[in-house]
Amino acid sequence: MTDAVQDAAPRRRLSPEDRPVVIAAGFVLAILALGTAYTLWTQGAATLLSPTYLLQQLQVGAFLGIVAAGMMLVILLGHIDLSVPWTIAASAMTATAVGGPFAVPVGLAVGMGIGLINGCGVAYLRIPSMIFTLGVNAVAQGVMVAQTGGFAPQTAATPLMQYLAVGKIAGLPAAVFVWGVVSLGMVVLLGRTAMGRAIYMIGAREAAAYLAGVPTRRVIVASFMLCGAASGLAGTLLAGYSTKAYQGMGDAYLLPAIAAVVIGGTHILGGRGRYLGTLVGVILIVLLNSVLSIMQMPEAARQVIYGSVIIAMLLVYGRNDKVTQ
Amino acid sequence: MSGGFADLRIRARQSAGLLTAIGLCAALYLFYNLNHPRGFSSAVLIQNSNEAFALAMVAMAQTLPVLLGGIDLSVGAVLTLVNVAASHVMNGGPLDMALGAALCMGLGAACGFMNGCVVVYGRIQPIIATLATGAIYMGVALFLRPSPGGNVDADLSWAMTNDLFEMAATYGFAANGEAAWFRPFAALPTPLILMAAVAALVWLPFARSVTGRTVYAIGSNEGAAYMSGLPIARAKLAAFTLGGFLAGLGGLFLALQTSSGAADVPQAGAYTLNSLAAVVIGGTSLLGGVGSAVGSLFGALVLRAISFNFRIFEVDPLLQPLIEGMVLLAAVSLGAVRVLRVRNTLDLFR
Repeated sequence: MTDAVQDAAPRRRLSPEDRPVVIAAGFVLAILALGTAYTLWTQGAATLLSPTYLLQQLQVGAFLGIVAAGMMLVILLGHIDLSVPWTIAASAMTATAVGGPFAVPVGLAVGMGIGLINGCGVAYLRIPSMIFTLGVNAVAQGVMVAQTGGFAPQTAATPLMQYLAVGKIAGLPAAVFVWGVVSLGMVVLLGRTAMGRAIYMIGAREAAAYLAGVPTRRVIVASFMLCGAASGLAGTLLAGYSTKAYQGMGDAYLLPAIAAVVIGGTHILGGRGRYLGTLVGVILIVLLNSVLSIMQMPEAARQVIYGSVIIAMLLVYGRNDKVTQ
Repeated sequence: MSGGFADLRIRARQSAGLLTAIGLCAALYLFYNLNHPRGFSSAVLIQNSNEAFALAMVAMAQTLPVLLGGIDLSVGAVLTLVNVAASHVMNGGPLDMALGAALCMGLGAACGFMNGCVVVYGRIQPIIATLATGAIYMGVALFLRPSPGGNVDADLSWAMTNDLFEMAATYGFAANGEAAWFRPFAALPTPLILMAAVAALVWLPFARSVTGRTVYAIGSNEGAAYMSGLPIARAKLAAFTLGGFLAGLGGLFLALQTSSGAADVPQAGAYTLNSLAAVVIGGTSLLGGVGSAVGSLFGALVLRAISFNFRIFEVDPLLQPLIEGMVLLAAVSLGAVRVLRVRNTLDLFR
């Protein structure tokens, strides 16, 4: 009797949109389990599962999470932003140089300005984003090197920047709240606004979106500006985290951000992807990094594992259709 | 023969990017030599071609995946891995070194083949696939040589990074380089000869083969190439493998040039980025299907010629990254001219 009922019930299958999110989340749990087993074996304590440790990981992940949120917008469009490293550094350096109450807004504005240049080059000049943002990254680097003399600037982060990066609100790191606000903004933007729908449309087929009356160029420029602003915010927070800005502070964020977005199931050519996936992707990468450092893996092995995980995850759910026509 | 003339015009238009790169390279290098205190001397040419070789190889390597409409973000890592491997094996007797060189070239090709397998059989987008494999190659390189060092045969290093005369003198052929028939080209730098040889003996035969034409066809329209019965999988695998092989050649030469190996992560990143810039300057379309590795070769030479000029004019080192960035941005923005010519807005979205 019960068997018959179960058979009659419609079999729920994961939609293609959900599959990557679920698999990535499963992988997060697997990493946690593996790491915990390791610490239980070597230290006799489940360090990984302690709330303090997890919160600390979330705080570290917040910077990557904010960058990845912005990166997801441009990847959904079918573009990419390779200017992230020096957008982060330029925002951080300018923010600490300005100081005072305007430090954070100025940091955001610098990021947005770089995003505006990127967006104009991609949307109006129609230069492939891959190479244009690369050039903008080089120019931003050049401007900052010329301005700071190639050294870490002497200016320090303002108290507000430090508070946002390392402060606590009700026991939770403030950076996590900032990440939360950015995430909320992303969910609303992608799911509830005309611009969000337009982003998916452009990613699927820009010509069709244009014919449907979407102001595609303006949407692309706005998305790049938001991506730049996200990098700028991350840079400002990072400067607060380390109390100062320095050369190359953004270098470690470009590839992990792209990896997080793609592992989260967003298609690298645009048009498909959910923000929840990006969140899970960020957590996966942060946890993977931290478990590898707990295991005291040498840098060499970490790189190999890092690359293998990306390929393995994509082999499971990120494969293209076969070309048959 | 008006037909011949029209044919020539079409050919010139098709290779406008290549011709621009050659012209730019010649102008910049002429300018450099005119202003160099020891300009137009063999010593300057040797030094410059040594500095340009690795980037030229990486740029040619990058061209193949780009022609497919993809990209290879692992070229810098392959170069580094082979460089590190070469610093372990490029010494000992002649046979050891021959085996070592073969091993290094094979390693580069194997890395490229693995990229190809992930892209073809794994059906993962090249940009993300090579991002991941690049991390793996870099990890292996770091494993092989955690800190810079190594030992490369001094004779070979000397012979490969000088002119043909020194090569002959080192290995005692052509009467130690004094033979009369050898004189006319004794002053040519070995790396320059090698560059030309790779372009003529590796790239040109490949580009003219069915596999090579298929690479172009895939870049133009993969679906159409498939329906035409072209060997898609084979062409993609061949393109990535050849790319890895060329990047490996660059790494092998870098080991000879520096007499050491270093798993330098920022340097690998810089090579990857500069290879893309060189490809674009050389007239290869990032959308695939148009361009050639010879163009990228000259694109790489243009990039190097720019930095040579910095050196001669003692540009403030702090301003160099800015100027380099501006040049790159200006070069890629030239592609925007197309936008002005488009009459139907829908043509923009291709």
